[in-house]
Amino acid sequence: MTAPDPAPAPAATALGDTNVTAIACFLVFVSITLVITYWAARRTRTTAAFFTAGGSITAGQNGLALAGDYMSAASFLGIAGLVATSGFDGLIYSVGWLVGWPVITFLIAEPLRNLGKYTFTDVVAYRLRQRPVRVAAASGTLAVVSFYLIAQMVGAGNLIHLMFGLSYRAAVITVGGVMLLYVLFGGMIATTWVQIIKAVMLLAGAIVLALLVLREVGDPLDLFEAARTKYPAALSPGKLVSNPLEAVSLGLALMFGTAGLPHILMRFYTVPDAATARRSVFYATSVIGLFYLVTFILGFGASVIVGREAILAVDKGGNMAAPLLAEALGGTVFLGVIAAVAFATILAVVAGLTLSGAAALSHDLWGHVIKRGEFREADQLRVARYATVGLAVVAIVLGIAFEGQNVAFMVGLAFAIAASANFPALLLSMTWRGFTTAGAVASMVVGMVSALTLITLSPTVWVELLGNAEAIVPLKNPGIITVPLAFVVGIVVSLTWPEPEAQAKFDEAQERMSLGPR
Amino acid sequence: MTPTDDREALRRLAARRWRVAVGLTAVMMAAYFGFILMVAFAQPTAGRLLAGGRLSVGIVVGACVIVLAPVLTAIYVRWANRRYDAELAELRGRMNAR
Repeated sequence: MTAPDPAPAPAATALGDTNVTAIACFLVFVSITLVITYWAARRTRTTAAFFTAGGSITAGQNGLALAGDYMSAASFLGIAGLVATSGFDGLIYSVGWLVGWPVITFLIAEPLRNLGKYTFTDVVAYRLRQRPVRVAAASGTLAVVSFYLIAQMVGAGNLIHLMFGLSYRAAVITVGGVMLLYVLFGGMIATTWVQIIKAVMLLAGAIVLALLVLREVGDPLDLFEAARTKYPAALSPGKLVSNPLEAVSLGLALMFGTAGLPHILMRFYTVPDAATARRSVFYATSVIGLFYLVTFILGFGASVIVGREAILAVDKGGNMAAPLLAEALGGTVFLGVIAAVAFATILAVVAGLTLSGAAALSHDLWGHVIKRGEFREADQLRVARYATVGLAVVAIVLGIAFEGQNVAFMVGLAFAIAASANFPALLLSMTWRGFTTAGAVASMVVGMVSALTLITLSPTVWVELLGNAEAIVPLKNPGIITVPLAFVVGIVVSLTWPEPEAQAKFDEAQERMSLGPR
Repeated sequence: MTPTDDREALRRLAARRWRVAVGLTAVMMAAYFGFILMVAFAQPTAGRLLAGGRLSVGIVVGACVIVLAPVLTAIYVRWANRRYDAELAELRGRMNAR
């Protein structure tokens, strides 16, 4: 089959009008998930049930839930949009978002499952002095969660405003409110099922859309050819990665940031043992990999069938490529389905983030810093629920406060902090006998502060957001400086001030990393 | 075997798992940063068209890296499920029996 005549760009789109299908689909999703939440609420009577579903999730379920936690609207709409508007460059991001997963499988999943209880901080603090390490690691968690939440909430407000015709504020409040119901009452059990349903919906929606594209255009090679006929440079690297240093820096943040995301790491406590944790990451990696391959087809499909000009006319970030493609191929009804999927996607990611923030507050900070590990479990569960309400309110307030701001860089910031503050300390604590309390705290603090500082001084924030003429630091992604820096600081501080007590516990920790809690 | 021997065997098994894990991580990193560096340093190569202009080298390599991720994970899970878990179960059984 040869390249089809490019379909005329739709002069008018139903985007932004109130879409009955979208609202109906979304109400069905919310109803089903709230029924599940009601069922889950009756099983959520302990802190372990609240944070880990009592370790009762299977490998397949956790694999889908991990994928659901990870595949945010940013990766669905954002990557499809990037591929649609800049062709090959979008692939660089897809690859980057995926390659952290094998690293989690090999280095993190099993020791984490065996050594910790609710948070990754449990692992870092295992041999070290609890209070300083817990404070530093919980700060890293809360920083990642906050920036990620802002990005999701603002994205939710904009998307839902564009797709459902709901006002920005109403959208932000709806997302925050429904998410609060899931987490507050259903804890990890409800959150897990929301993630699973969302992952299946997102994958199914994307695959159906890709099949519609291929039915229209032919096989993927025909699609690439059609894209190149229309946009000659579509298959070649563009301006995204013109600077090699920048490219490697982005790569480091994406690869190791994934392995330092608190809401992802927390999911390994929901399975019964390390072997199940390992299998679950394999399922997650496969599902996410398939999803990105499909997204690539969607992006090229949108550029061929909808056209870059029409996509950029609706949203200059290109985020509406997939919805517009759905409308072009399946009419208003299919647009509604995809819009509802995007809404559900945001809800699920926000729920996972909130739960991990609540764990950092009630387990790490309240339980181990304020109460020094001496507390009644019922009290901790209550604190966890207060923390959940607090985080939901913060998410809604921040979502409204950042209305109209360009917050795309905040996902990058969250990944940079996860890669520089969380990942080095986590890896060193599991593998190096000589790691100390001072080394861990210094590594986490330096990782977080350097990532925040360099991003503030970068072209993204200093020039584009704050309006200065020239960036103080030319790098957009700080990973190439901050990740090695956090490792070096952790190692040097540990070597300078050794901690014999921590070294003495290393053998016991190693045994437990292999055998699990006994 | 004595408890000390079991401990030592467990330590060796854990060290072997770390070696496999680090080796596979290195393969993944080499593939990924190889892709990134090709895109950054060798743009003409990455943009070279294949199959009569229906593909480019960059797309093929990128898709291969995406496929490699679950494949490497599968290799690790297969090794760990068969070898590592079996030896671990044996050691655990002996240590618990005592």
